[in-house]
Amino acid sequence: MLLIHCPYCDETLPELEFAYAGEAHIDRPEDPSAMTDEEWRDFLFIRNNKRGTHFERWRHINGCARFFNAVRDTVSDKFLTTYKAGTPRPSDAELEELGK
Amino acid sequence: MNVQNPIQFEPITAAHSGPVELTILPEATRFNLRIDPAGLAAASTAFGVDLPERIGGWAESATRSAICLGPDEWVLLAEETDRQAIEASFAGIYSDVPHSLTDISDREIAIEITGDRAAELLTVACPRNLDAIAPGSGVRTLFDSAQVVLYRDTSDKFRIEVWRSFFPHVWELLIIANKELASGL
Ligand SMILES: [Zn+2]
Repeated sequence: MLLIHCPYCDETLPELEFAYAGEAHIDRPEDPSAMTDEEWRDFLFIRNNKRGTHFERWRHINGCARFFNAVRDTVSDKFLTTYKAGTPRPSDAELEELGK
Repeated sequence: MNVQNPIQFEPITAAHSGPVELTILPEATRFNLRIDPAGLAAASTAFGVDLPERIGGWAESATRSAICLGPDEWVLLAEETDRQAIEASFAGIYSDVPHSLTDISDREIAIEITGDRAAELLTVACPRNLDAIAPGSGVRTLFDSAQVVLYRDTSDKFRIEVWRSFFPHVWELLIIANKELASGL
C-alpha cells in the first residue's frame, strides 16, 4: 500500500484514506463566456497525462477531508512531495533535490 | 438505550464474543463545528472546553469533550441533556464569530472497545498505525469500508463512532474478528 503524507495532518498515512482528484495547478478561467468552445473544452477536458513527474491533487477524504497537492512520478508511483492547496508549485531545482 | 440491530431485530447493547469487550454507548449530544481557527478562543469559551488546535487533538472537561478532525473542523461531545444549552451558547457568539454548528447526535452510534487486545482487534479493518494514535487523541479514518471517528482513551480502551447506516456492518465485523481472536486465528 502507498503511504501518503498529508500536509494538513502532517502525518504519513495509508493510501486508503485518500482520493485522487486530477491534475493540479489548473486555473479556472475568470471569464468563461469570453472563451471559444475550443478553449473551454481544453480547460474542462484536456490534461497533460504526463509520463514522469506529475503535479496532481489529492484529497484526504477519510481523514481531515482537505484537498492538497502532490508531485508523483507516474512511472515509479513515488511521491516526491506533497504541499498545501494554494501554495506555489515546487521549482525544478527543489524537485531535483527531493528526487535524490 | 434501544439500538435495534436491523439484522437480528433485537435490542443489543454489548457483545462478549471474544477477549475484547464491545459495548454500545448511551446516546449523547454531538455537534459538528466548522469555524475559522481565528475564532477558536470564542468557540472555546462558548463550549467550555479549550478546543484543540492540532488535528487529532482531543480535549475534555468533566462532561464535555472536543476533537479536532481537520484544519477548521471539530466534533463536540456532551451529555444528551446539554444540547439546547450548547446551541444557545453558540448562537450568542454567531454575530461576531460566524460558524456552522450542526447537530449530528443521531447520525452516529458509539461503540466502546476495551481489553488488552483491543488494538489488535482494530487492526482487522483499520489501515492506520494504531501505535501512532496516542491515548487521549483520535482521528477520522476507515474501518473496513466505513468512515469512522476513532478515539483512543487509554492504551487498551478505544471508541468508534460510526454512521448509523454503517453500524450493522462494523458491529458484525467486530464480533466476528473477536471470535477469531478467541479461537486463536
Ligand atoms: Zn489530512
